[in-house]
Amino acid sequence: MPHLSHATVSRKTRVATVAALLGASLAAAVAMPSVAGAAGGTVNLVAYSTPKPAYAALITAFEATPAGQGVTFAQSYGASGSQATSVVDGLPADVVNFSLAPDMQKLVKAGLVSSRWDDTPTKGMVTDSIVTFIVRKGNPKHITNWASLVKSGVRVITPNPFSSGSAKWNIMAAYGAELAQGKSKAEARNYVKELLAHTTSQPTSASNALEEFLSGEGDVLIDYEDDALYAQRKGEPISIVTPPNTILIQNPIAVTTSPSDPTAAKAFEAFLLSTAGQKIWAEQGYRPVLANVASQFRFATPKKIFTIASLGGWTKVDSTFFTPGTGTVATIEQSLGVSTAGG
Amino acid sequence: MVDLATRPSGPVPAPAVPGPRSGRSVRLLGRVGGPGLVVTYLSLLVVLPVAALLSHALSGGLGAFWHAVSQPEAVAALKLTLWCSLAVAAFNAVAGLVIAWVLVRDDFRGKGVVNAVIDLPFALPTVVAGLTLLTLYGPDSPFHVDVANTPVGILLALAFVTLPFSVRSVQPVLAELDRETEEAAASLGATPAAVLRRVILPGLAPAMLAGAGLAFARALGEFGSVVLISGNIPFKTEVASSWIYSLSQSDDLSGAAAISVVLVATALVVLVGIGFLRRRFDISEAA
Repeated sequence: MPHLSHATVSRKTRVATVAALLGASLAAAVAMPSVAGAAGGTVNLVAYSTPKPAYAALITAFEATPAGQGVTFAQSYGASGSQATSVVDGLPADVVNFSLAPDMQKLVKAGLVSSRWDDTPTKGMVTDSIVTFIVRKGNPKHITNWASLVKSGVRVITPNPFSSGSAKWNIMAAYGAELAQGKSKAEARNYVKELLAHTTSQPTSASNALEEFLSGEGDVLIDYEDDALYAQRKGEPISIVTPPNTILIQNPIAVTTSPSDPTAAKAFEAFLLSTAGQKIWAEQGYRPVLANVASQFRFATPKKIFTIASLGGWTKVDSTFFTPGTGTVATIEQSLGVSTAGG
Repeated sequence: MVDLATRPSGPVPAPAVPGPRSGRSVRLLGRVGGPGLVVTYLSLLVVLPVAALLSHALSGGLGAFWHAVSQPEAVAALKLTLWCSLAVAAFNAVAGLVIAWVLVRDDFRGKGVVNAVIDLPFALPTVVAGLTLLTLYGPDSPFHVDVANTPVGILLALAFVTLPFSVRSVQPVLAELDRETEEAAASLGATPAAVLRRVILPGLAPAMLAGAGLAFARALGEFGSVVLISGNIPFKTEVASSWIYSLSQSDDLSGAAAISVVLVATALVVLVGIGFLRRRFDISEAA
């Protein structure tokens, strides 16, 4: 029934759009056939939290294209892991965009996303980014590379990798950066341990971490480049230091198996991956996944950018490093906890 | 929408209560319907969710349950949460009494405002409270008080969110307290300290205990206000609710449920224990 209401109100005024959004979010619980007609329809967008401002720009631009005319959006943003769990638990979702691939795998397991979701020209990814350092304006602690994070007196903030799935990128960037410098796996693990010993705060999410850093906590915040650029655009008193070795962050996207309006959902996904869409992503601080767009923008150029695949891929990394209680990182936290409790 | 209005509905019960006999029906509600309604409502709202939680926690068997609650990080988080909650409940029981005392016994300008301010911690979204506390008592503190990333920060956040319980449970009882008894005791030569200990506190103890119990239970599960200021460092400043959140994010939902069950059980034991204590107070007072 909310279906009816939004079919009749689409396009026209903003008020109507809001009404439709409300209606659509109610409606999508019920599987329904697509609305006939060239344009219109509703897209339930479920994404992780950082691209929210980017989507505001992207949706406006999409609605100005022929395919996007009259399409209304119901948007939901939150921690990547929570969002994936919510979709599995029934949150209506047509287009999903997560911080990291394992969250997409949760939907594959639940049969909500095709197992061939990454079989696309961009390997299922819609944006890239890198792990970078946010420091106080002017870089008073002279942070230049990973080694400077573990100098004495440097206080590091990185979100807790068990509560913020996306913070796993930070840990793997630290680990992989050591390997990239020719260190052994044991040495790399040891570096991660030193790094975690320098953390004065491990907030539950990336956005909490930024809040804390901006409220004066810590000397270095390990964060995604897009988030750092966003904070800089907002005029926050920070500097960005790109480490010489870092990881390529790859954010997956997919259309779910039975979207409420397949035409609209696919058109939106196509727009996000189009030249026009990728330009907007780039303006918002994300590294485009299309080479021809990437070449038009100037992003920081670290000496080496490695991928999660080079570290064995997410499935392996997840179980080795991030299994609660037994994974490498859990073991490290435990040894740090025990050593400080004893000392 | 339209459907709803036109759909032939089931038999509509006739208006149950004819006007003149409403008095009797209220009594009937009290005797039969009341408990039934209460049980149904409580079941839907409290018992069912807790039962679901329990079954979730035990979905992997007792072994998995024990494994989840005995993990070192879980134990550390539970210990920290327990002692912080106890400390805050005890501290706020005293602070709440003092505040309630001032509000009931003293008259001053702006008393209405102060009275209203007490409830603000309930109105403020806890994450906002956490952020505000961090700004005021973090590294950029205008008062140069930096308790961020320490257990003191946790205590501060918990004291903030539980204050209304401590004040509001004592305040009405204090207002009802018979002042003639105090005056009689004083005129018979009791010192103010003796009056407080022998006359006032025994009358207030049940209410203070009740407030402390609520504060304790609330503190056990508090998340939003604590996570920002605590620093959330495993084994040092990570509280149980935050560990639960980590588990749920790491796809270990039964582990998360297991820790939650420990929290709920702890709260239950303490609340029931306080119930016993209160009854003892009531009896000794009556005797």
